This record gives sequence, C-alpha cells and structure tokens, in this order.
Amino acid sequence: MAQPPPDAPAIEVTELRKQYGRIEALAGLSMTVNRGEVFGFLGPNGAGKTTTVKLLLGLARPTGGSGKVLGAPLGDLATRRNVGYLPELFRYQPWLRAREVLTLHGELIGMKRARRRPAAAEVLELVGLADRSEDFVGKFSKGMQQRLGLGVALMGEPALVILDEPTSALDPIGRVDVRAIIRSARERGAAVFLNSHLLSEVEQVCDRVAVVDHGRVIASGSLDNVLGESETQVLVAGIAATDLPAFETFGAATLDGDRLSIRPMDAERVPELVNLIVSMGGRIREVRSGRSSLEQRFVELVSRDRSMAGTPTTDVEQPS
Amino acid sequence: MITIARLTIGEASRRRVLWVLVGLALVAVALVTWGVDRLVELIREQGEAELQVKLVVSQLLIFIAFMFTFVLAMTAAFLGSPAIASDLESGIAQALLARPLRRSSYLLGRWLGLSIVVVGYALGSGLLAIAAAGWVSGYTPPSLIVPVGYLAMQAIVLMTFALLLSTRLAPIAGGAICVVVYGLAWMSGVIGDIGTALGASGVAAIGDIGHILMPTDGLWRGVVYGLEPNIVIAAVGDSPAGRANPFFASEPPSQAFLAWTIVWLALVLLLAIRQLRRREL
Repeated sequence: MAQPPPDAPAIEVTELRKQYGRIEALAGLSMTVNRGEVFGFLGPNGAGKTTTVKLLLGLARPTGGSGKVLGAPLGDLATRRNVGYLPELFRYQPWLRAREVLTLHGELIGMKRARRRPAAAEVLELVGLADRSEDFVGKFSKGMQQRLGLGVALMGEPALVILDEPTSALDPIGRVDVRAIIRSARERGAAVFLNSHLLSEVEQVCDRVAVVDHGRVIASGSLDNVLGESETQVLVAGIAATDLPAFETFGAATLDGDRLSIRPMDAERVPELVNLIVSMGGRIREVRSGRSSLEQRFVELVSRDRSMAGTPTTDVEQPS
Repeated sequence: MITIARLTIGEASRRRVLWVLVGLALVAVALVTWGVDRLVELIREQGEAELQVKLVVSQLLIFIAFMFTFVLAMTAAFLGSPAIASDLESGIAQALLARPLRRSSYLLGRWLGLSIVVVGYALGSGLLAIAAAGWVSGYTPPSLIVPVGYLAMQAIVLMTFALLLSTRLAPIAGGAICVVVYGLAWMSGVIGDIGTALGASGVAAIGDIGHILMPTDGLWRGVVYGLEPNIVIAAVGDSPAGRANPFFASEPPSQAFLAWTIVWLALVLLLAIRQLRRREL
C-alpha cells in the first residue's frame, strides 16, 4: 500500500473556493489538520462542511484555491488508499453481506486478498458488528449501517479518517462506542476529520476545532483556545444597565434581566467583583464562573460573523 | 474495473435478476418448442412438403426473434438505466468513488458486467430456442452464431445507450427514453426500407440516418438474415417487396455498418465517461 509522505499535514487547504452556479459554497477556506489529531469541523447548516469534505475526497472539484491531503494534491487517486470516509448519507450495497462490503473496500484500496477477510473481521469487531458479519446489509437498521460505514472508513488503517456526521443514526451507546473508536484511531497515529453537528461530541474527542460559516473558517484552534474565554455570571437584584460601565474593568459586561454576564473575565477576580456589586447595593443570589460551552461559543461566533455581513471577523485565528 | 464488473454480475445474481431472466427464458423456450411442434404437426398432417415446413418454421423463428428483441431491449434498457443513476442517488457510488477507483473504471466495470449479463441472456435464450425448434421441426438456420450474435450486439448497443443516459437522468426517465428511441430506430428502418422499395431516396435516407444514430435496427436485419434459409434469400432476392419487408433481409449488415457500430459503442462509452467525470458528486 502506498505510504504518504510522513511529515506532510493530513489536510492543508488554502483559500479553497467552490461555486455552484451563483451560490458560493466555499469562499476561501483555509485550514490545516495535523497528523495524529482529531479535528472537529463545525458549522451551521449550509456553511460548506460537506462541500469541503467532497473537495478533500476528490468527489467535487474546487473552483479556486489549492489543497493537499496527506501531502498530495486534492483528488489524487493513489492517496485515497490512505483515506477512509464515512459519508453523511451512508448507503452500502444492500445485496452484500456486511463482511463482503468490507472486503470489497479492502480490494478497492489494494489490500492483498489473504488480508481482506481478517481485516474485515477485525473491523467488524471494532464497530460492534462481529455477530452480524454474514447478514445482508439490506436487513440492517440505519444505526447498524452507520456502524458498517464507520468500519468501511477504518478498513486498511488509513492515515486519515474523514467522518461526516458519524453518529447521526446512533443511540447513546453507539455514540460512546464511536468516541472510543475515534480515540483508538488517534492512538494508532491516524488523523480524524470529524464533521459534526453534535457539539458535545466534538468537545469530548477533538484536539482542535474549526468553526466554518459562509464557506470560510471563522475561528479555529485548540479546544482551549476556542472555548477559552472564561465568563462570570451573577444573578443579582438592584443593578441597572446604567451601572454597567462600573464593571468594564473586569471585562465586557451585559445585563439580561437579573443576569449580569462579564466576558472574558479572569475567575481570580470574582471576590473583587462580588465586593463591588455589594458596595453598589446589589443583592447577589448566585455567582458562576467558568468557560462558555462550545455551543454558546459556536452560536456567538456564527451570530457575530453574520452580523458583520460576510466580512472576516477580527478574531479569526488562522490554523498553524 | 474487473472488481466493479464482478460486483455488477453479483448484484444481478443476488437481486435475482439473473434467475428471473433464466426462468423467463426457459418458459419462452418451452412455449416456442410447443408452438413449433404443433405447427409442424399441422403442416405435415396436410401433406405439405418438407420445404414448406422449413419455410414456415424459419418465418416463425424470425417472428419469435422479433418479439424476443423487444424483451431483450426492455431488459437492456432497464438494466442499464439505473446502473449509474441509482448508485448516485442512493450514495453507494460516493462511497466507492472516494476510493482509488477512477470514474472511467467504475463506468466501464458496470458496462462490462451488464454486457456479460445481457449477452449471456441473449445467447442462452436464442441458442436454446433455435435448438428446440430444430429438434421438433428438423429445421435449423444456416448459422447459429450469426443471428444470436446480432441479437447480443443489439442488446449491448441498447444497454450502452441506457448507461449513457444513466450518468445524467433518473433510472425511470432513462429507461423510458431508451425504449422510445429503440422503437423510433425500428420505425425509421421500416420507413427507410419502404423508401428504398419505392425508389424515393429522401425517404430511404431516413433509414440510413436511423441506422447511424441508433444501430439497433441495422443489427436486427442481421438477425433476420441469419435465421433465413438460403432458398428464401435466393427466391425473394433484391426485389422491391423484399426490401420493403422488415422481416426479410437479402444481405447481412455491411462490414462498414458493423465497424460503425463498434465506433458508435466506443463513442457512447466515451461520452458516458466524460459525463460522469464532469458530474459533481
């Protein structure tokens, strides 16, 4: 099996563009996914996530920009031996047995005949379908087909695994299994590109994330970077909007009813903030301090991006 | 390509298409055998000469072959028209084409697999029907391989056309268009023959154009020629009546036409590959 250049990033795209008629699906998307990392690719519907995946796999051609997958240009045929893919709309030949789907993909990636059956058995075991190996795919539930698709993506231990919404049809147990499978792929050195709407899932397995909207990356970096802004929320009575300038030394303050939010704010300064509120006559009922969840951060990033009507945000952190 | 061809044949077998075709072929052969047997018995009861038996059986075989070409055309059209389209619609093709598999290899693999299925069906049913008719009547055409060879080629032509449509159109639309085009090609051939018989060159050209655009009717003439006894060809010869009859051929398709059919197949396959390559998945 062809070995990719070991030092090249798993994915490297620069100013990638894709136009479908008058619709601009990608408007200059740049990002880098390193070897051996789990990379979360987040974005609202229609942001260009699946288009990006299709360009990475050579299923569609970019109208501008450039990119490399495992060091080879986008769409390179030989490189695809080392790329596993679970499509968003997963569907496999219903007339084949689960094992046969996997050996077919083993054959397509150039796996030696003698290796295909054992490899299929290993993968079926990994995705929890060992006892359904001889069943026809047509009899499988959607969740089982998605597990099989995950197995297809893992056949041949590819250096890059691209998973497009890998748990959309799975129950909670299946989701836990998928997280374990993703972690084990990372442990053997594979890069995993995880396209997901499930922010909690991304939060639990990804080393780095990119948030995409309107066809470009609006924020990216390590989870800590993207989630990093610590926030303090105080449920308080006796404070009015006119008092907000007094809190500016802590961070940007907003008041929503009786909820005072200050972000970003260093958690070390919470006692100081409490003293100030009390001295201003505020009556505190609850104080919470910590990072905003990825979901909050995601909504905030996308809303900010949209309010700026398509101009690049100032806090875009280009991937390294 | 071989992997996809094998997969295609496996699909035809697992989805019971092959077995349905084999079953239908056996039923058709049984009916042909029974029909020819009864007819020969009736003719012999009337004290007709063996030559008469030969003539009637040859004409009956041509008529049966004509009906069989329709069945074959339908089979080819409805095997070819979903071959690519349904894989693309369902997402099966995306999973395959994300692998190191060229789109051309995928398409040619589908073509090769389906060609083996339709040729197998055409040869199997055709040879079996001719052999059964020969067994009960004593008449076998001058050549076995010529008529069934043309039948098989006709099926390949139509299936290839259906495959081309399949790269762009939904299965049902492709299948329907294919059957209509097949019918139009046959009609243009008949109109062209009438034009030739009447000496109207303009009308005759319709047949020629039809043969160039869709070679199925030209190949049908090869089937007819292969099923006729030499005595009929000698008797009818190149007369206007013979020329105007779509169930008679005084000569086999020309070498030039056969060469064109091969070129036609190559062109349609190239066009199909180009369409599939240009398609965004």
